Amino acid sequence: MILQQQISVELNMRNSPSDPPCQSALFKGGHQNITFHQHVNPSQFIVWELLQDGPICRRLFSNSGNFWHTGTISCNIPELAAEMIHSLFLINHSGDIFLEKHWKSVISRSVCDYFFEAKEKAVDPENVSPVLQTPHHYLITIYRDKLFFLSVIQTEVPPLFVIEFLHRVADTIQDYFGECSESVIMDNVVTVYELLEEMLDNGFPLATESNVLKEMIRPPTILRSVVNTLTGGSNVGDTLPTGQLSNIPWRRAGVKYTNNEAYFDVIEEIDAILDKSGSTVFAEIQGVIEACVRLTGMPDLTLSFMNPRLLDDVSFHPCVRFKRWESERVLSFIPPDGNFTLMNYHVSSQNLVAIPVYVKQSITFFEMGPCGRLDITIGPKQTMGKTVEALMVTIHMPKAVLSANLTPTQGNYTYDLATKVLVWDIGKLNPQKLPNLRGSLSLQAGAPKPEDNPSLNIDLKIQQVAISGLKVSRLDMYGEKYKPFKGVKYLTKAGKFQVRT
Amino acid sequence: MSANSAFNDEKGGSSSVGEPEYGHDPASGGIFSSDYKRHDDLKEMLDSNKDSLKLEAMKRIVAMIARGKNTSDLFPAVVKNVACKNIEVKKLVYVYLVRYAEEQQDLALLSISTFQRGLKDPNQLIRASALRVLSSIRVTIIVPIMMLAIKEAASDMSPYVRKTAAHAIPKLYSLDPEQKDQLIEVIEKLLADKTTLVAGSVVMAFEEVCPERIDLIHKNYRKLCNLLIDVEEWGQVVIINMLTRYARTQFLNPNMNESLLEEGSDKTFYGSDEDEDEEEEEEKDKKAEAPAMAKRKPYVMDPDHRLLLRNTKPLLQSRNAAVVMAVAQLYFHLAPKAEVGVIAKALVRLLRSHSEVQYVVLQNVATMSIKRRGMFEPYLKSFYIRSTDPTQIKVLKLEVLTNLANETNISTILREFQTYIKSMDKDFVAATIQAIGRCATNIGEVRDTCLNGLVQLLSNRDELVVAESVVVIKKLLQMQPEKHSDIIKHMAKLTDNIQVPMARASILWLIGEYCEHVPKIAPDVLRKMAKSFTNEEDIVKLQIINLAAKLYLTNSKQTKLLTQYVLNLAKYDQNYDIRDRARFIRQLIVPTEKSGALSKYAKKLFLALKPAPVLESPFKDRDHFQLGSLSHLLNAKAGGYQELPDWPEAAPDPSVRNVEVPEWTKCSSREKRKEKKVEKPFYSDSEGESGPTESADSESDSASGSESGSGIEESGSGSESEESEEGSESEEEEEEEKEKDKKKKKKELKKPVQESESEQSSEEEERKHERKSKQRKSESESESDEEEDSESESSQTESEDSESEAEVKKKKKAAESKPPSKPVKKDNKKEKKEMSLLDLDDFEPAPSPQATPVNSFLSNSLATDLEGLSLSDAVLSPATISPSSALKSYEMLHRITGEGLSVEYCFSRQPFSPDANMVAVQMQFTNNATSDTKNLHMEDVKLQSGMRVKEFPEIELLPAGEMVTAVMGIDFCDSTQAANFQLCTHTRKFFVSIQPPVGELMRPVFLTENEFKKEQEKLLLGQLMGMNEITEKITLDVKCRNEHSIVQRVITAANLSRVPCGSDKECSPPVPPPDHPVHRFAGRTVTSSSLVLVTVATKEEGAAKLTINCEKMVIGTMLVKDILLALTQ
Repeated sequence: MILQQQISVELNMRNSPSDPPCQSALFKGGHQNITFHQHVNPSQFIVWELLQDGPICRRLFSNSGNFWHTGTISCNIPELAAEMIHSLFLINHSGDIFLEKHWKSVISRSVCDYFFEAKEKAVDPENVSPVLQTPHHYLITIYRDKLFFLSVIQTEVPPLFVIEFLHRVADTIQDYFGECSESVIMDNVVTVYELLEEMLDNGFPLATESNVLKEMIRPPTILRSVVNTLTGGSNVGDTLPTGQLSNIPWRRAGVKYTNNEAYFDVIEEIDAILDKSGSTVFAEIQGVIEACVRLTGMPDLTLSFMNPRLLDDVSFHPCVRFKRWESERVLSFIPPDGNFTLMNYHVSSQNLVAIPVYVKQSITFFEMGPCGRLDITIGPKQTMGKTVEALMVTIHMPKAVLSANLTPTQGNYTYDLATKVLVWDIGKLNPQKLPNLRGSLSLQAGAPKPEDNPSLNIDLKIQQVAISGLKVSRLDMYGEKYKPFKGVKYLTKAGKFQVRT
Repeated sequence: MSANSAFNDEKGGSSSVGEPEYGHDPASGGIFSSDYKRHDDLKEMLDSNKDSLKLEAMKRIVAMIARGKNTSDLFPAVVKNVACKNIEVKKLVYVYLVRYAEEQQDLALLSISTFQRGLKDPNQLIRASALRVLSSIRVTIIVPIMMLAIKEAASDMSPYVRKTAAHAIPKLYSLDPEQKDQLIEVIEKLLADKTTLVAGSVVMAFEEVCPERIDLIHKNYRKLCNLLIDVEEWGQVVIINMLTRYARTQFLNPNMNESLLEEGSDKTFYGSDEDEDEEEEEEKDKKAEAPAMAKRKPYVMDPDHRLLLRNTKPLLQSRNAAVVMAVAQLYFHLAPKAEVGVIAKALVRLLRSHSEVQYVVLQNVATMSIKRRGMFEPYLKSFYIRSTDPTQIKVLKLEVLTNLANETNISTILREFQTYIKSMDKDFVAATIQAIGRCATNIGEVRDTCLNGLVQLLSNRDELVVAESVVVIKKLLQMQPEKHSDIIKHMAKLTDNIQVPMARASILWLIGEYCEHVPKIAPDVLRKMAKSFTNEEDIVKLQIINLAAKLYLTNSKQTKLLTQYVLNLAKYDQNYDIRDRARFIRQLIVPTEKSGALSKYAKKLFLALKPAPVLESPFKDRDHFQLGSLSHLLNAKAGGYQELPDWPEAAPDPSVRNVEVPEWTKCSSREKRKEKKVEKPFYSDSEGESGPTESADSESDSASGSESGSGIEESGSGSESEESEEGSESEEEEEEEKEKDKKKKKKELKKPVQESESEQSSEEEERKHERKSKQRKSESESESDEEEDSESESSQTESEDSESEAEVKKKKKAAESKPPSKPVKKDNKKEKKEMSLLDLDDFEPAPSPQATPVNSFLSNSLATDLEGLSLSDAVLSPATISPSSALKSYEMLHRITGEGLSVEYCFSRQPFSPDANMVAVQMQFTNNATSDTKNLHMEDVKLQSGMRVKEFPEIELLPAGEMVTAVMGIDFCDSTQAANFQLCTHTRKFFVSIQPPVGELMRPVFLTENEFKKEQEKLLLGQLMGMNEITEKITLDVKCRNEHSIVQRVITAANLSRVPCGSDKECSPPVPPPDHPVHRFAGRTVTSSSLVLVTVATKEEGAAKLTINCEKMVIGTMLVKDILLALTQ
């Protein structure tokens, strides 16, 4: 990020490679002519070294027999460009670069080879280290929706800064086109390119609020793409944006709706680790409030809870006034227009976490004969009187498991031979008739019996309840006259819910 | 063309923009000719005059760029369209230009003029985007153009354009580092900007261009702290990181007492005794009631340090992980130990985020958890590992768990580890085994349990697991070998099975080291190894030689032959290390006649007790890198990384962060009052109203910081308003002065106003006018002239002697003709003045006309009009002209020559925010006519070379009887040359001019006494290089022999700041002044920033010595004259 040109390169002059430098000087980056004046013992070598935290380029001059009093050497001292993000490459799952954007000079694609090398080594794309060091660059990568967003960095920069920005890019693409995939990006390549141009100026984020971006570059809609086809227009806004210049950076001015509505979804996720016997090793609840606000003008909203004490740790969208929260435990904000995440919260760990389901399982592999047995039953535990839906069990089987021959009493299962993932999609949980999956697993012939049992990952949904008991008490609107339509929805999901076996 | 349109029909619509080149050109990039053909087709489309075709072509080109295809041959065709009216085409052309301008410099230059035009566009967004593109074109030739554009944009009215200017600074800097000095000036100006939009970007520019110029931050420090919460996320990260570094240089280590307690020897922390004394004094002042400590003094946190910590804390709740991390590292590096804990919760929250975020956060948590284990202990379970975590996350979590392990939680942690060992991920299992080893070394209680557990792992089927266990067991055994001969025996058996070289080597080393514990087995192992020697890995071979040597020394009977066999094998090994080792050992252990004295000590050499290895976390001591940085993550310095400085031993002068305040309030009791007033908002109220939206609601609100108390302006306004409050007495005097000042100015200024003949006539008029007033006052003209200076000072003086004169006059005047409405008027005026004060301070940064309606005033002024011209002038003048009562105002246009329009100006002594190099001139327009004046603006500015003027925005309407103020900036280039221009209304034009007194060509600089002396010395030393010192002996005016009057007179004569006496100890109670005090004043010239140092050393009986040090000779000489006049009359 920062570059002190004066100290970027050091020139050491030695009489022999092992001597300490007898003269050192500091030079700027770029193409330089370095003039020196030095008496030299004719029987020795002079070694010029250009160092930059370790040698970047070296020159060795032999001058056997001659005095060198003065002279000039010409060399190219590598210059560090000072910026945060230099280039971005989008790479698909199979390793093709399908989009590149350079905010400064062009960096050759070959820089990605270091990444590909690391990717080869890592079995799973998730296991590729997000930060890689190459001789001249640093590569910071995120893996989202089966795509790699690879950024090239040249100087010190907080890695989270880059990571967070790359995720913001992915979020924006998702927001614009509904999904973030290679095909969607390639279909809208010009728009994406323009978005990138707007989001980063000289490697530093410029406009990342989707409200602002959407005014500069309009997202495609079906209607508009039809119109565009007919008229030859594009998605580029022809009116100039005003949002950046409004007093509230996240809300554009002049919002108008005929139906004014504000919806809030309180979504809680249970993160839990259960051990073999079914007791809880660790459990916590993470919640998020997703909002969809379509209100005319500049509404000022206040959302209050029945039981705000439940919330232990929170993070807010920048629109939320933190002081109000500190003093009154209410969310007071002027909302962005459209969909946004209002807050994330963590329910204090003092509260016992209700675990909605229990799992009885036995997975055994036999020493004798290439087989194993699997028997899983799931039943309701603490469901707050609601139905558990969209129940699903995912098991990453040991490599030795060749195939599975199972019978589910409810739902169906699939076993992916390549990734060794067993998925049992159950659906709604019927307390009267507990779903069960049992059968045999066949192992690779000759392979030793797997030592450990795979753990089960469980997915579920419970509608209309926030498992922590959090309740929104009211939503008030100030600043505008009309009466908006308000709605709150609750949903509980399994987050990282894992049963060890 | 038909082909093109066909293409268009087929491919129209945005959904397929990217595809055409693939679809149409199966040999894409393959055959040259087809390449050309394709581009020809695009060129044709670009040359057409249909925007839709151009757009389509540009889209296809941009899509090609996005794919990394070379389209540089299209440059000439594209660059033609840069002036295209269609904004969509234009945008895409900009995108193209930025990409290829560097390669096609000559052609790129063709487009420059378009951008230059864009820079002048009335639409701020066009200005901004023109600057963006212009600065992105990396062509060295346009450096001067860029520089000019940046400078202009930095004083733009729109904060968005200023933000873009900040972005452009690093671009220009990387293009041409030679521009650094000029760019720093721009940065300095932008740092003073108070809009949140600009703050983040300018700090980023600061960090990239001149991070070493920490002094630029002082004055902006408090403002940045207070604005922080409203800055956009990315800016927050940059600012927080910068402030971390700043705080490390400016404040004391809050944990110094603790560290002193912990390491009693570490006394150097406190530096010398002298420092200690000084500090002690300071602290006594700050906190007199603090209990005196015998050795250690209590640490008192600098309020500014506290401010930073307090204002960053809410950002832990940010949704942006980078911001949270930035705050976390700030707390880790800057907060007292007891307070660091607050960051743990937020960091743990980030663990829910994307795996990349987790990765970085865990790295930092790992480092932190070594230093401050207690912080994360409550969150132990959040670091439990799931089978679905990526390996690198697992390993990091393991690291954290290990760091957190202590006696109380070790059993739960070990239970967790047990489940981990069964994982399918073998790298992770190996890491777990190492973690167990580390727990065992750190916590003695569980060492045996761990060891047993690890020994069990030796029967694991996975070789890697076993190997790792062996290595760890070896390390553990080294700590207490006696007890574990059976484990060693067990391991000896393993040599048959384990193939991993490192593990084999470890076992051999163990057996060799502890061969006395296993005397029977060891020779047998050696026998087996000798057999397989040639097939072993190098590392194992070395250990075999070692084992042989050790056995030979302890048990030579059984092993002599074996050893010789092994050594012989090694002698002919391919590896020279092994050959060397064998030769060396043979000489050492096998005594021959040739062997030296060393062989006697062979036993000692080989069988010496070896210290047990310490199992350390790889994250130990990583915190010497700033947390959250790339360098920390890599554990290696990344290019451009800035070291986090160590805490200073003694805190540098905290007053540098005080924001400049008008000088006359600087002394005695007032100073304290004022300081209270300035700082209050920081410490009590700073959090009060700064919710993100409140301040975002109105920019000026958050910017001026009247609530949140952003320092600079506040100090000024605070003191000024105070002044005006207490100045109620002096109000009347003031009016009089103004009146007189004006009269004098009228005469002076009239000269350039009209040409030749008309000039004379106007002068005559003028004289008549003057005569009138003179008669009334019965004072000679010369007298009034002379008195000018001393009087203006007297307005602020509390000393009675200087007041007396004015008092007398006032009485005289009151007796003569005092309009009955005057008292009422005065009240009005006062109100008005306060209002305008607020307006001025809140209204930032664009100087625009302030339509201050003066309706209530109107009737009065009309009434007074009847009383006589001069009087009415006097009444009008002070009301809205200036926030400070101390300012002289000059007449620019008399109401008669101006046909009803009168204009007065004064030098407001406020920084002119759009351009720091300009002197702010505040003008007051009064429309005394009966009809409205419209479109008041400037034209035809005639300036000496180098001078620049920032015109005031046009005043569209000045209704009859109203008055309005406006601010313009003039860069006088450090000369007293007048700025001439025409003042135009919708009907008339008037030639006017503004001439600054030399004292207004500078701005105050706050220096401590020591700094002052240092600077003075520097100037003196540099005399040869054109520096100058001018000394005059003077006899002070009788009325001006006390401190206040001297200070006030000097400050009125020149815009300087007083150097407080008593040097750095500002907080200490005022020392009784010596009999002959020395007064020092400092300032810098506005344009060239050269120091102006003024010293008035008083002596007996009103004698004094006036010394002025200034690089600029002319300014120095003129200033001497002015101050001399001020002090002697």
